[in-house]
Amino acid sequence: MSTPFLSVQNLSKRFKAPKGEDALTVFENVNLGIEKGEFVCIIGHSGCGKSTILNILAGLDEPSEGGVIMNGKEVSGPSLDRGIVFQNYSLLPWLSALKNVTFAVQARHKSWSKKQVHEHSMKYLEMVGLAGGAELRKPSQLSGGMRQRVSIARAFAIQPELLLLDEPFGALDALTRGSIQDELIRIWSGSDQTVFMITHDVDEAILLADRILLMTNGPYARVAESVQVEIPRPRERANIIHHSDYYDIRNHLVEFLATRSKALAGKQEDGGTSEPSIVRFGAHGVLSDPKDDRKPAVSRAK
Amino acid sequence: MLASLNARALLLSLVLLAVLLGLWEAASPKQQLAGELTEYELLMGGGEPKAAVPPPSAVFAKAWEELSDPFYDAGPNDKGIGIQIGYSLYRVLSGYFLAAAIAIPVGFLIGMSPLMYKALDPFIQVLRPISPLAWMPLALFVIQDSQASAIFVIFICSIWPMLINTAFGVAGVRKDWVNVARTHELGALKTAWIVILPAAAPTILTGMRISIGIAWLVIVAAEMLVGGTGIGYYVWNEWNNLDLTSVVFSILVIGVVGMLLDTAFAYCARLVQYQE
Repeated sequence: MSTPFLSVQNLSKRFKAPKGEDALTVFENVNLGIEKGEFVCIIGHSGCGKSTILNILAGLDEPSEGGVIMNGKEVSGPSLDRGIVFQNYSLLPWLSALKNVTFAVQARHKSWSKKQVHEHSMKYLEMVGLAGGAELRKPSQLSGGMRQRVSIARAFAIQPELLLLDEPFGALDALTRGSIQDELIRIWSGSDQTVFMITHDVDEAILLADRILLMTNGPYARVAESVQVEIPRPRERANIIHHSDYYDIRNHLVEFLATRSKALAGKQEDGGTSEPSIVRFGAHGVLSDPKDDRKPAVSRAK
Repeated sequence: MLASLNARALLLSLVLLAVLLGLWEAASPKQQLAGELTEYELLMGGGEPKAAVPPPSAVFAKAWEELSDPFYDAGPNDKGIGIQIGYSLYRVLSGYFLAAAIAIPVGFLIGMSPLMYKALDPFIQVLRPISPLAWMPLALFVIQDSQASAIFVIFICSIWPMLINTAFGVAGVRKDWVNVARTHELGALKTAWIVILPAAAPTILTGMRISIGIAWLVIVAAEMLVGGTGIGYYVWNEWNNLDLTSVVFSILVIGVVGMLLDTAFAYCARLVQYQE
């Protein structure tokens, strides 16, 4: 089996507990792989360590055990190869929207001239609909949706090998969220960008992802299932709901979050190799047995 | 009904000023004309008013006289108010910027390194509460120059607010912004320049503004001690001359210059202010 583009191996995170007590294990034995150009969403209840996994992928946090290998190299420390969009935008408030992008582009392409940097930055700002003067405003003068657009433009503009999105639309209202989701998918389709995204929104995950990872509740959280979304692209919010798989997948996800994330929670006695079980949906509904998460899914359709 | 709050506030200020000046003027004893006195009374100083604070009219006359020729120089004990202010400003600004040149980098160091913060904190806590004038004898002995000693006293009094505010501002830069620098692989210098300095600038400027206020308070006292030139010396010299009109006038000048310094720094603080 060939190693995927990004491979997370036996990742665990434990926090030291106050004296005497056992260490708090947020998650352990997390194994997952992401292929180049894949869009992967991860869903789980708060406290299961999604954000910690993302921060470890980013190099901003250290795992207690295990490691991350991207493109054959171990991830250690933050890098321009991994771009991040945070929920709180993380724009520098004293810089204009444009400057927030140009400083990043300049950091990525140190040899570029000012003009090149400017043109490249504007290209991405225009892609998210910020042009005609809006790019000169400070973040405080922009709406939440606009700020997140700048943040997305910045992340795409540095063309990282892996794009990490930490609940990017969590703070936005439903209408704004919808339109930025459309933009995100449009920009992403025009690139071969690999994306790893945290979300709480089941519909958002189905719309965007090729694969959805489901995490059990913490402590001792782990990635229990990997749900394939095989709805053909380009997808649109308006007609994706008419696809025959849509509600099967949606029901599966909701059911997981409602009951099985709790039922499967807790320490795994056998430890070892806890690869997530693969769940696929075809025209005939669910193909693997979701009740038995240890059993690898068998595809009947193929 | 006046349109804006500012206009109404200005009007009220002017009314208060007029009332206060009127009361002050009325409270000052009237001076008798020389012609009404006998020769004996004149010889005995009867022409002088009773020892009292001069009325505002006398202060205004003095102010007009001084301000119409602020830069005259008629020997060591008789210089224009402009020259005296100039000396004071020179001492304040040189001591102050010397302090800034040390306080801001050291504040950065303390703010970025918890180790340095813990190591240097005891020194700061002991040195900070010392009245700057307490350093004066030691400064005079070591430096052996009254001018430089005055500058040193300004230096030592203005360094602390800047140092502490810089450290505080740098340590309090939001982790998200530091992470932005980290994920974009900015080096230490670039991080300091692009992220930490602008993020901490409002706090640093607040420290600088507090410092310039303290420096201006201290220079008057320092110049009373070292003598020779400056607005502090001027006040004390006029007291020795028993020229209370000049004393009142110079008090007002000290207030106005202090206000201008503060306004200048408030303006700079607005330039680096940002809204989250």
